[in-house]
Amino acid sequence: MSSPELNRPKRSRFAGVVGWELTITGLVFVALLGGALLSPDFLTGSNLSFLTANFSEVALMALSMTLLVIVAEIDLSVASILGLCSAVLGVLFAAGWPMPLAILACFVVGGLAGLFNGLLVTRLGLPSLAVTIGTLALYRGLAYVLLGDRAIAEFPAAYTNFGFGNVPGTLIPIPIALFLVLAVVTAIVLHATPFGRSLYAIGANEVAARFAGLRVERVKLTLFVVSGLMAALAAVVYTFRFSSARADNASGFELSVIAAVLLGGVSIFGGKGSVVGAVAAVFLIGIINGALTIVDVSNEILTIVTGLLLIGSVLVPNLLARARSARERQQLRRDAMR
Amino acid sequence: MTSQTAKSAASAPPLLSRLLRAREVSLVALLLVVTLGTAAINPLFLSFGSLKDLFLNVSIIALVVIGQTIVLLMKHVDLSVSSVVGLSAFLTGSLFIAVPGLPVPLALLFGLVLGAALGSVNGLLVAYGKVPALVATLGTLYVFRGVTYAVVDGGQINASNLPAGFLGFATGAVWGIPNLVLLVLTVMTGFGIYLKSYRGGREYYALGSNAEAAGLAGIRVNRRTMLGFALSGAVAGLAGVLYLARFGTVDATAGTGLELQVIAAAVVGGVSINGGVGTLFGAGIGALLLGVMGSALVILRAPGFYQQAIQGALLLAAISIDMWVSRRTAKGWNQGRGS
Repeated sequence: MSSPELNRPKRSRFAGVVGWELTITGLVFVALLGGALLSPDFLTGSNLSFLTANFSEVALMALSMTLLVIVAEIDLSVASILGLCSAVLGVLFAAGWPMPLAILACFVVGGLAGLFNGLLVTRLGLPSLAVTIGTLALYRGLAYVLLGDRAIAEFPAAYTNFGFGNVPGTLIPIPIALFLVLAVVTAIVLHATPFGRSLYAIGANEVAARFAGLRVERVKLTLFVVSGLMAALAAVVYTFRFSSARADNASGFELSVIAAVLLGGVSIFGGKGSVVGAVAAVFLIGIINGALTIVDVSNEILTIVTGLLLIGSVLVPNLLARARSARERQQLRRDAMR
Repeated sequence: MTSQTAKSAASAPPLLSRLLRAREVSLVALLLVVTLGTAAINPLFLSFGSLKDLFLNVSIIALVVIGQTIVLLMKHVDLSVSSVVGLSAFLTGSLFIAVPGLPVPLALLFGLVLGAALGSVNGLLVAYGKVPALVATLGTLYVFRGVTYAVVDGGQINASNLPAGFLGFATGAVWGIPNLVLLVLTVMTGFGIYLKSYRGGREYYALGSNAEAAGLAGIRVNRRTMLGFALSGAVAGLAGVLYLARFGTVDATAGTGLELQVIAAAVVGGVSINGGVGTLFGAGIGALLLGVMGSALVILRAPGFYQQAIQGALLLAAISIDMWVSRRTAKGWNQGRGS
């Protein structure tokens, strides 16, 4: 292998990721502009505020999912943990627990659910895809065992305001403000701490990371617990935002979360991706969603757009890379002929 | 893989451990325990009507599991099957409305071809677009479902829209065995033989064990991958027609969430998510086991709410035991070689 070839993958991978994040961020603005063209009401503060609030749960869970996918694991059970935590919150509150205590219990349950996933993955060495398909059913099932098909809907206004309201004096929904703060924290942890760098090392080559002395199991276990805690936080937000604790809360959200993370340029094979990309992708999906809703384009188009974006996010860079290498090969051949 | 297991079994005589290693044997045993245990508490469980219902319920999932098994063997995954089932069910229903006298075999063929076309989209993306299967099929899960919503447009197909002959096909039976079950058993046996004894079938295992080596050995990896996804789509499309025949009423959400049940059944049945390991027989038993657990809970009057939790726990137990057994097998084999 000649030296230019040795250099190329490194440079192009870096350029590829940054390029992708810029592309997604650019698309966010295109989507905003498109929304403004579709409807004059779109770019009003209250509408933007409403539509961003609408994806706060997915956004929160996307942060921890980003970390997990970077270490080449996945958590399909997040939406079920959300359902279970929401059920716990509702049941305990209905049983007369003070709200702060019920919320605390909700976090404990979320953390334990994540811990259970993590233990199965790290102690037994099971593939996380299989484990979390199992716990997806298990946790959702437990939520039904707790709550059946009842709904608990009477929550004190002070708490539903947290889910529904804006940061005082602004139009930023409280859950989104929370998300932005946590996104900054996640970005700092991932991109500026040794712990964060170790995630990339584990995702890129787990065996090498282990030989380098990284405690792979402990890191993964931590990430699964964080994922459970994030789902618990999303459960609190969801329960108060809709003022409803039901066993089927947020069913199917796991796919939206994963779609957002992958669209954000995080590689499903691990080792690649950034918080900025994931956050931009969350906003992109949310804004397209909102823009299409405001002009009464029904859900079907949105579903198709989400799917196409997801496929395109991987396919387009692949095809471009292939075209580039074909061009380079041709160039080399031409040079050789000369 | 099979020859490895055979070798290690030959060097480790104890019958029990040999039986433990054959995943299917332990699955069948578990199936018997659950079935007989339930029957002991409530003999109604083994009544003809109850068994018939059970098999009818399992048959559609079992059909989709065939395709999923092929895809899992290649170390890929097909999340889009549920959307293929939904789209195929609805379009077949629409076809019956457009062409009222459509013969049943043509409807089945329509589902098959439609499914194969949708599966080929996945195949193209994975084999030639080099998009990871999880991403590609998660994407098409959305796209196919979105297309279904667009086509359905809030409406639904009712049993009254469907010809009596088609609905009769679902309820009909030969020698007491429902047509649906017969059809699924036939397809399953055919694929089982293909995977076990034909070169093409063995190539799926080769691909999943080591795609690079398979390519060097002369297997056309891309074509094989493409075909695998097309087959997965085809059986899912067929399952969509059967879904319509069984339930009669279909709206845009038909089949939602099926993908996880199907993967769960395959994994419980011993098909490895890491490719190259598993049999169709095992996968079928896995689907049956999940179905039996489900209806046992109903028969035992367990609240329906427990069902999902128990299925999840069962899946976790199955993959944990599987990992434990395969580790022991690997250890035994290494020791055997060392001595």
